Amino acid sequence: MSKRLFILMSLLAITAMLLAACQPAAAPTEAQPAATEKPAATEAPPAAYSCTDAIGCVDIGPSDPIHIAYLLVVAGPNETLGVDSRNGIEIAIADSGGKIAGHDVKFDGEDGGCSAEGGQAAGTKLAADPSIVAVIGTSCSSEARVAVPLLSQAGFVIVSPSNTAPDLTEAGNANNHPGYLRTAHNDTIQGAVAAKYVSEQLKFTSAATIHDGSLYADKLQQVFAENFKKDGGTITAQEAVDPNQTDMSAVLTSIAAGKPQIIYFPIFLPAGGFIIRQAKQTPGLESTILMGADGLFSPDVTKAAGDAVEGFHVSSPLLTGAAYDEFVKKYEAKFGSKPISIFHAHAYDAYMMIKDAIEKVAVKDADGTLHIGRQALRDAMFATKDFKGLTGVLTCTPTGDCANPTIGVYEYHAGQYPPELIWPK
Amino acid sequence: MLRTWRQRVTFTDIVVWAIGLAIGLVVIIGTIATLRSGKYAPSVWVDLTVRGLALGGVYALIAMGYTLVYGILRMINFAHSEVFMSGPFTAVFLAIALAHSGFLDEHPLISMTLILLLSVAVSMTIAILLERIAYRPLRTAPRLVPLITAIGASFFLQYTFRGLYGSGIQAYPIPKVLQGSIHIGNIEIFSTQIVAILGALAMMLVLYGIVQWTKVGKAMRAVSEDKEVAALMGIDVDRIISLTFALGGASAGVAGVLYALLFPVVNFFMGFIPGIKAFTAAVLGGIGNVLGAFLGAIILGLLESVGPNLFLDGLGIPTPGQLKDAIAFTILVFILIFRPSGILGERLAQAKA
Repeated sequence: MSKRLFILMSLLAITAMLLAACQPAAAPTEAQPAATEKPAATEAPPAAYSCTDAIGCVDIGPSDPIHIAYLLVVAGPNETLGVDSRNGIEIAIADSGGKIAGHDVKFDGEDGGCSAEGGQAAGTKLAADPSIVAVIGTSCSSEARVAVPLLSQAGFVIVSPSNTAPDLTEAGNANNHPGYLRTAHNDTIQGAVAAKYVSEQLKFTSAATIHDGSLYADKLQQVFAENFKKDGGTITAQEAVDPNQTDMSAVLTSIAAGKPQIIYFPIFLPAGGFIIRQAKQTPGLESTILMGADGLFSPDVTKAAGDAVEGFHVSSPLLTGAAYDEFVKKYEAKFGSKPISIFHAHAYDAYMMIKDAIEKVAVKDADGTLHIGRQALRDAMFATKDFKGLTGVLTCTPTGDCANPTIGVYEYHAGQYPPELIWPK
Repeated sequence: MLRTWRQRVTFTDIVVWAIGLAIGLVVIIGTIATLRSGKYAPSVWVDLTVRGLALGGVYALIAMGYTLVYGILRMINFAHSEVFMSGPFTAVFLAIALAHSGFLDEHPLISMTLILLLSVAVSMTIAILLERIAYRPLRTAPRLVPLITAIGASFFLQYTFRGLYGSGIQAYPIPKVLQGSIHIGNIEIFSTQIVAILGALAMMLVLYGIVQWTKVGKAMRAVSEDKEVAALMGIDVDRIISLTFALGGASAGVAGVLYALLFPVVNFFMGFIPGIKAFTAAVLGGIGNVLGAFLGAIILGLLESVGPNLFLDGLGIPTPGQLKDAIAFTILVFILIFRPSGILGERLAQAKA
């Protein structure tokens, strides 16, 4: 009897797991809701507000806070990426006095783990909270692929400070969802700049690429390879590793046989660190230039790669200007170090854009209740024009690309962080 | 004669053999094609082989934990990968402190011994506690129960260590004496690889010696044969089981430090992949058999390191490196088709029959 009961219980458990696993796939992909007329913010508030927004409103009581959430990677090997963005948002909140439209701001969120699984868990959790007005996230494109549909369906505005995969803002693409915008640059720009640097500045004619199966890395190396070939270069190999792989010798040996002048691997830690270390030990690759992208712009890279980091190149957004220097000072005062990754200013801008848009569309009731139309807020976000942010003057495209990027190339030196800017000088 | 043969051989057997033959053919053709193309210099193969041996040696030491415990309790201790992680992840802080004070470079031998001892002590303690708390109360329960417990314990340990030391990575400092390499002709062998191979070999000999030639080892083998009879002969079964876990833990602690020499970055998740690989190695060699686990691990390490380039490159398959695990596990299937109880698993199968 107990044996049968056991089998029954296991069957039940398995069914439950299967159901849980199938759930996101079964969720219908929503159609683009038709844009409705904007409730005019200047209009005198009606005595009793009635929500006419196509996808609903958030009602915020007179003394209740406005809830902004984050979905960033704040734990695990890539935590600096997300923690840095969160720090940027916290500074933005402090800079604006902790208030939006006269209401306090409630700021919390979930860790997305820089993986599809993590993004799914965090996205499901946030989507279940109807008090959320906007989500700042995700950190990684792999998280975005699964989390954004969930958040979009919940009616939120989603602004990513660091997703760079092109398909997320490509019109008609299955991964492009309503309400999603980003302040980070699109990889079509970063990959092209990297290819341009390699072929024009370094004057190299052969390159190999490695990706880790993530959306971000795969797209970036594709864009790099396409542009590099267009400039007359040869791609000797396009390899892939597992994000948790430690032994890279087989991949590197196979790449070494093609004798490339540079290896471009826009991946993350810890795999990126192992490649930097082991490339130096692979016969034929001792002096090959190694280059990564902004996913490997972190103090943990110097830690993971040790002395082998010397000469390692990364492409990353170039941040300059008086406003940015001011921001860095605040960052140092608040968190005790220089920015630990690269998407802090992008997160800062994301928050400020959301704040502006909320203040534009929010309607205050006679009793002080604030009403925010969700579709109206989305429309206001997409209508952002000439927004003066830390990362430049931002104007959003109809598909949600708001960045105005300048990409630079940096070089790491052993025991030194941040890496030195080498191009453009 | 032919009729009895036809009666004995089923359709499934034929399919399985066909798969086996196909795998064998692909390997042979791929190897010949790669070697004839001359894409890789001979020194490259030596280099990959040395890396494979070093990796295999580490897998062997981890596999010891799986195989010893299976031999005695007939259970797979899935939390062993966390026993492996706990040692080096704790010892890294000692290593960093020693490196900071300069002691590591001045007295590398003393430092490495200290790091090794700490790692072994932690892994051993975790292994013993694991057995005492999570497995002993369930020893008479159905087999699946301790298996599930093991998986639970694995997660528990992983996240305990994440809570203790944080979720970020820690880099292992390597003493200067071990950073160099030795040149034999145009072949370069890194000191860390030599240390890993020799260290694994020495630890293996010690373990084998304990199991085969000491009184405790005899008692372990007796408990493995039959717990009840062993108890009647005056063997303290609980103590022997604890000791087995301790030995497995110690071996994992040594493996952890050697692994950290080869791949000097540790985090709370580092045990997972090597754990799976070592478990595979133990099955490959014939689980429950100490020498088998060693052999299986070396084969697995070599396959992973040499396999992708040797078997697939010649067939013109792009990105062979990505398929290294696929190759390793395909060969595993290949071996298990012809030797279902593992390479050296026969003795055990007979003893149990």
